[in-house]
Amino acid sequence: MGMTTRDETTDAERLARYRLMRLSRRFEETVHEQFHDGNVPGPLHLSIGQEAVAIGGCWPLRETDVIVSTHRGHHHCLAKGARADRMMAELLGRADGYSRGRGGSMHIAIPEIGLLGTNGIVGGGLPIGTGAALGLQIDGRDDVAVSFFGEGAAANGVFGEALNTASLWNLPIVFICENNRYVELTPQHVHVAGEIWKRAEGYDMPGVKVDGNDVDAVVETVAAAVDRARAGDGPTLIEAETYRWFGHYAGDKAAYRDEAEVEAGRAGDPLVRTRALLDPVEADLAEAEVEKEIAAALEFALASPIAGEEVLTPGHYAEEVSA
Amino acid sequence: MSTAAVETRSMKFWQGVNQALVEEMDRDERTFLVGEDVARVGGPYGITRGLLDRYGPSRVRDTPISESLLAGLGTGAAAVGMRPIVEIMFFDFAMLAMDQIVNQAAKYRYFTGHSLPLTIRTMCGAGGPNGAQHSQNFEAWFCAVPGLKVVMPSNAADAKGMLKSSIRDEDPTLFIETQGLLTARAEVPLEEDYLVPLGQAAIPREGSDVTVVAIGRMVDRALEAAEQLAADGISVEVLDPRTLSPLDRPAIVESVRKTGRVVVAQDATAPCSIASEVCAIAAESCLAELKTEPVRVTSPFINVPTPVPLAEARAPGVDDIAAALRECAGKGS
Repeated sequence: MGMTTRDETTDAERLARYRLMRLSRRFEETVHEQFHDGNVPGPLHLSIGQEAVAIGGCWPLRETDVIVSTHRGHHHCLAKGARADRMMAELLGRADGYSRGRGGSMHIAIPEIGLLGTNGIVGGGLPIGTGAALGLQIDGRDDVAVSFFGEGAAANGVFGEALNTASLWNLPIVFICENNRYVELTPQHVHVAGEIWKRAEGYDMPGVKVDGNDVDAVVETVAAAVDRARAGDGPTLIEAETYRWFGHYAGDKAAYRDEAEVEAGRAGDPLVRTRALLDPVEADLAEAEVEKEIAAALEFALASPIAGEEVLTPGHYAEEVSA
Repeated sequence: MSTAAVETRSMKFWQGVNQALVEEMDRDERTFLVGEDVARVGGPYGITRGLLDRYGPSRVRDTPISESLLAGLGTGAAAVGMRPIVEIMFFDFAMLAMDQIVNQAAKYRYFTGHSLPLTIRTMCGAGGPNGAQHSQNFEAWFCAVPGLKVVMPSNAADAKGMLKSSIRDEDPTLFIETQGLLTARAEVPLEEDYLVPLGQAAIPREGSDVTVVAIGRMVDRALEAAEQLAADGISVEVLDPRTLSPLDRPAIVESVRKTGRVVVAQDATAPCSIASEVCAIAAESCLAELKTEPVRVTSPFINVPTPVPLAEARAPGVDDIAAALRECAGKGS
């Protein structure tokens, strides 16, 4: 969709972004309820509060562009075009899920739409995103890769490996650090020295900090980086600052942080900020549509058979292999 | 063996690897090669010499020393439709890439249902003056991972034919070369579609009294030991699995049932190794036919020293294999 500055953003675009953020929010609220009802047979890492980074980060992308996501990636998946119903089915361990119901939240990958995967390993997507960018470059495609990762992953060795080589080879990739201020169960100051976006300078690439709760600002920043990558001018590191509303995983009550901080963090709600710019009647309509989509997704998931032992074996190799 | 005349040429192991790379990179533009020092100088042992000139700097790239990234470059590029060949210079360095190989590449089809045609070439330093961080045999570690294939050829012909098969395979394959074999010669078929299928063992010498399952550079030693024993009237069958995952279990079972005796020879240490796996297969599937206990001829559970004479003192030699075979053959008759 190319470059879109804040001033050029149309009402229709802003409404569409809001609708996607709302879809992600309601998807996660719904699956969170299902978790507490005992219907989610695996871990769940909620991205509530961080929607603007994913929706804004994927907005400038084509379907043939690719992204890699993280353990906290439902919003990235929906932003890249995953269907809410099949995702819900996957999270609920149902046979119609994207991975036959055997993968769950951290193992959703849909190459057909350029989603190379959420990931159970912090930092695990950084080399894969870089590799995808290399493949796109060698293949002569003008598609780009976006690698989402958290501030915790920036402490992993692969962060430096990926940025160094991406810069050396001018790879078509945008690194988006989604800084939600918590790394698993401890605050970021325990993990992060300095500011992550500033590390770009050492790797000889542009580094940009953006308000990750302002979807228009995220779109503008990422679109510029995507255009740069598409033009063959190489990678960009973006740090988007946001806030994780809930614990590290569903069930983590996050007693390690105080109420005042959480309230202040939630006050930056990206959905509230975007909705304030919309025609309220249109926003109401979009929300009603989202409610229908989520209700249908839940209905689809609950109607899908619980994945049974028949899903255990298939699909490990192209042909049948036994040890 | 086919009786049709096949044009062959005597070739060193590394030349078989090089020829496979050239043929497959000629054949498919989606292939490319990345690794430390692989382009400008053609690798520390010259295995990839000539490829940069032939294919140019986009498809043949020297990389920074970033093994985890290297495996990820292959995984990500394969995920967008390429057929990457990644070189990890020494097998020991694959330890730095474990997440990308084991947690990422090996799981890709399981999560997505899509192919991941990635070939990771590496070299075990056994046979060179490389010491405890450049000579280790980790092949069994990777055989514990569903989704990966593990290949370890013992001669130039298989090196060529199996690397070509690995590159054409739709799943991630770890292809293990061995330094001690790089200059070993064999007759190598020159036909362009000389493919040795993965998952099929070879029996380079048939016999009836005792089976020796030998891996990598132990195959030549086992053949020499077999020749020695033949002089004493003991008939040894040599079985080279070639692919370690998936292991050709039916071939092993058939041979051990036939001879009733099995010795396994490998460079690796014994615990939780391929030798252990072969012994387990013999116990599970050949107990009725076994005339005596299976024997593992391995390196002792100590590190690899740097000077070659010391390293060779540690590794199983022809005499060690011959002695084990002789003792085994003398039992249960």
